[in-house]
Amino acid sequence: MGKRQSAPTPDLAAIWACLEDVADPEIPILSLIDLGIIRDVRLADNGVDVDVAPTYSGCPATEVIEQLVVDAVRANTGREVRVHRVLSSPWTTDWISDAGRRKLTDYGIAPPSGSAGKRSLLGEDRPAACPRCASTETTRVSEFGSTPCKASYKCDACLEPFEYFKCL
Amino acid sequence: MTVDLKTARQCYAQRLGDNALVLSQRLIELVADGPELEEELANANIALDYIGQARMFYSYAGELEGRGRTEDDFAFLRDSPEFQNLLLLEQPNGHFGDTIARQVLFETFYARLLDALVECRDPRLAEIAARAVKEVRYHLRHLSQWLVRLGDGTDESHTRAQASVDSLWRFTGEMFAGDEVDALLRDELDGPDLEAIHAHWRTDIAAVLDEATLSMPEDGWMDGGGRRGVHTEHLGYLIAEMQHLQRTYPGADW
Repeated sequence: MGKRQSAPTPDLAAIWACLEDVADPEIPILSLIDLGIIRDVRLADNGVDVDVAPTYSGCPATEVIEQLVVDAVRANTGREVRVHRVLSSPWTTDWISDAGRRKLTDYGIAPPSGSAGKRSLLGEDRPAACPRCASTETTRVSEFGSTPCKASYKCDACLEPFEYFKCL
Repeated sequence: MTVDLKTARQCYAQRLGDNALVLSQRLIELVADGPELEEELANANIALDYIGQARMFYSYAGELEGRGRTEDDFAFLRDSPEFQNLLLLEQPNGHFGDTIARQVLFETFYARLLDALVECRDPRLAEIAARAVKEVRYHLRHLSQWLVRLGDGTDESHTRAQASVDSLWRFTGEMFAGDEVDALLRDELDGPDLEAIHAHWRTDIAAVLDEATLSMPEDGWMDGGGRRGVHTEHLGYLIAEMQHLQRTYPGADW
């Protein structure tokens, strides 16, 4: 095989870095990297392959996210981008990075507390603290919220309502 | 008719898609008609999870079939005899107690079925099930609490919740009445064993009914036919509404 005449080889680290700047469409404070849904980036001769894990089965943002990935990586590399939807291992809130959890709190959404699994099934899943005043005295208003990933709470201390990123 | 394993897998994925789609369509009917805001949100969120699951199962069924059918083709371009969902799921929403009872009876079964599917040797079904089971367990926690609240509530709510469970009971047998497709999945791919799931389901349902101070109905005559595409009169109306746009403007896309 002869030497290919093409654009400079894209840099994997640069691709990962550019995805740091892609915001989740529903919770724009989080990048796709914070959310933990970018599973792998691979360079191929004819383009770039990106593995993306959907969050919830019915998440309406799935297609939008895939398009955002294509746009960002294409802009960064100038190459064709293929997004692969990967289901295993399934995304859970455990994939959200520590930086992502801090950003959520700053944004007013209580991050998932503890790890996903039996806890959430047994009804022990609840926010560690109110994201506004840090009180641990909170009351659940609704197990479902404005998006599939959130439940609705109110703080018993500062009385403000807030959303909780379900541990799931 | 004997089916080969590939056809059985396709049929199995399609049936799971049919279950998810028909249930989600029923729940969508309640959007803007929920008894209170929180239940409005719950119904819409649960329906959304089921649409997502239906899409994944249909996509897989289409890939196995290999004739280029998409998830939309499965949802919008088939008539009721081609749907193989459980009859329980096409039953009308009725009052809130009926909706909750239908959901608890099914999702208790479905959670156990998905648990078993996670362990099966069809990697794609196992992957979808692994994602779906987390959602279903979350629904179930919410729905079971409602059944308990209704059953252990006022005399009126208790009576009506018991009537809901009683009237839907004849549709529960079908969940465990597998055919050759279920048998092939079980025997060849370590798929769900419906007999074992039935035993678990009875234990789970007995526990929630007990907490709800409701009694478990006797097993009498059981309805069935979904796996053969033989449905109650309700499915046709559901499908007519769901497919209205696609039937009126064939090929419409946006």
